[in-house]
Amino acid sequence: MKCDTANAAAVKFGKYGGLFVPETLVQPIMELAQAYERLRSNDDFRDELAGLLKNFAGRETPLYHARNLSRELGCKIYLKREDLVHGGAHKLNNTLGQALVAKRMGKTRLIAETGAGQHGVATAIVGANLGFETQVYMGEVDIERQKMNVYRMELMGAEVIPVRSGSRTLKDAINEAMRDWAASFEHTHYLLGTAAGAHPYPSMVRDFQSVIGIEARGQILEVEGRLPDSIVACVGGGSNAMGIFAPFLEDKVRLLAVEAGGRGPGKTDKTADNGASLGYGTDGILHGALTKILQDPYGQILESYSVAAGLDYPGVGPELAYLAETGRVQPKMADDKTAILGFRALSKLEGIIPALESAHAVGYALSEPDALGEMAIINISGRGDKDLATVMDYENL
Amino acid sequence: MKISEAFLNKPLLIVYICAGDPTPEATPDLVRRLVAAGADIVELGLPHSDPIADGPTIQAAAQRAIAAGMNTDVYFDVAAQADVDVPKIFMGYYNMVYARGPDKFAEDCAKSGICGMIVPDLPPEEAGPLHDACKRHGVDLIFLAAPNTPDSRLSMIEKETSGFLYLVARTGVTGAKSDVLQSTGDLIARVSSDVPRAVGFGISTPEQAAEVIRAGADAAIVGSVCVDLIARGEVERLEELVREMKDAIVKAKGKAPIVC
Ligand SMILES: Cc1ncc(COP(=O)(O)O)c(C=O)c1O
Repeated sequence: MKCDTANAAAVKFGKYGGLFVPETLVQPIMELAQAYERLRSNDDFRDELAGLLKNFAGRETPLYHARNLSRELGCKIYLKREDLVHGGAHKLNNTLGQALVAKRMGKTRLIAETGAGQHGVATAIVGANLGFETQVYMGEVDIERQKMNVYRMELMGAEVIPVRSGSRTLKDAINEAMRDWAASFEHTHYLLGTAAGAHPYPSMVRDFQSVIGIEARGQILEVEGRLPDSIVACVGGGSNAMGIFAPFLEDKVRLLAVEAGGRGPGKTDKTADNGASLGYGTDGILHGALTKILQDPYGQILESYSVAAGLDYPGVGPELAYLAETGRVQPKMADDKTAILGFRALSKLEGIIPALESAHAVGYALSEPDALGEMAIINISGRGDKDLATVMDYENL
Repeated sequence: MKISEAFLNKPLLIVYICAGDPTPEATPDLVRRLVAAGADIVELGLPHSDPIADGPTIQAAAQRAIAAGMNTDVYFDVAAQADVDVPKIFMGYYNMVYARGPDKFAEDCAKSGICGMIVPDLPPEEAGPLHDACKRHGVDLIFLAAPNTPDSRLSMIEKETSGFLYLVARTGVTGAKSDVLQSTGDLIARVSSDVPRAVGFGISTPEQAAEVIRAGADAAIVGSVCVDLIARGEVERLEELVREMKDAIVKAKGKAPIVC
């Protein structure tokens, strides 16, 4: 595929976003951007994606009125049940979309990064189902804490490549995937798992995840006849948050983005005790975009921390950085303890075990019920089976 | 010396090392020894925690240097102490520049005798602020082109770059390789302006260095192989290699290519 990249101007969100990548990646990224631009309005492509979302991923997902949690909070709470998507998280919405783009671009191999393993699993699923060779980069530290997901990926035919560089977590897995792609772009698509990174990923991933918000909007209007007062979503890189927020940006709905407060605001020379890039970060460039990042005064990236591997990332998508700056999205935080509380509460009150990532949104709602208004939607981005060992360990400490 | 003056005596050997590896104190002397052995330009890498354009060799060097106390302040001290008669060039990632502020960064380069900047994750489209800062402080901002850069984009980059054009010899990341690819020769030939052409990424032997000069490059850039020798403490072997490389490219000057 030929495309003219004499000037590779990238979409920006205010000052955030951009295309800060080595020259070798400029051409593959612009080819991807142009292919996506072409396909997003192509009926054939949209039909194929819609069919897979319905019959393979199991959409639409319910918008469930959580009566017991509502009583507890004194606010009417609806849960958007992304935990019921095939694979156990919202991640498949994006991997299906990107895999179909890759297929139409003639790519035969997928590479991905993963932290919690959920995006790796979602990539392995589409790799198996749509016939790609699939390799997933995963930090050694994360391999250790998400063994089940490693095995799930392998069962589905993906190869998990341990990443031993840097902090050996999600950010290093992304670095490694970018290095791979710089040599393999001819036949390989880099399937980035969140709404971060260089153009066009933040827009493309947001679009593929917007199915969450589009459904939720229709569902709430149908049952309540009005929009909610607030929407709560957890934020790692920002894909489930942007996915549910995007269709509500023009509405009078409070958008609450809950980051990992981890152990608190502390940091050392090389590490931060949290994953709260919107809350504690400063402007900088990470993985191809100008955004909010956790860094030292010289620009070295700090190792983030969260009990939830999927929120353990020292950056955030550029669109969220922009929306937080304009005040349209309110950045919030839930620390480890609050998240564990949310994890237990939703399990006990509703019989729904949320992912530790999603438990941050639940925990935040429990700790700040007044911020929600009278009616709120909480995005349950994934289910918690993968986290049982982590929570057991946490409780034993 | 300005970069343009250095290119009056082509072909050039450009040597990359990671500043602060193994220690910040060791760097100025290493630079002097490289220049004494024949390096015409020295690229001083500023280590970054997340070097996405670099392979394992330079990643490891960056980690050692950071552990040894290298940071941007120390970097400029070390660069100033490395008092040599050849151009010194900054090589590093844009977040390190952004964190200091492009203007202050370019100013500190000028003050410490650094006359050019290579920022591998900063394509011309995003380089506005640094471009202006470099102009203000008389520092060359050197852009890169890759084998997969299309012609229309290549001519844009040729116009934007100053000092020289950094031609990436192969797709992928930095790291020693044993061959020279057909696509490298093609890339050198596709450059249509008279901007000096320096080829790097993967060059590790005198034969490869000679090969890219024969293919029409004005300079050969070597990095990972030097960083590797420093990591093993084999500085004398490094000096010898630099001498051999310099020798090989001088002999290759004006010769027809063998492979490319
Ligand atoms: C269930 C779940 N929720 C949320 C996240 C965070 O990612 P994002 O902010 O892109 O939604 C992850 C990441 O792995 C996840 O697995």
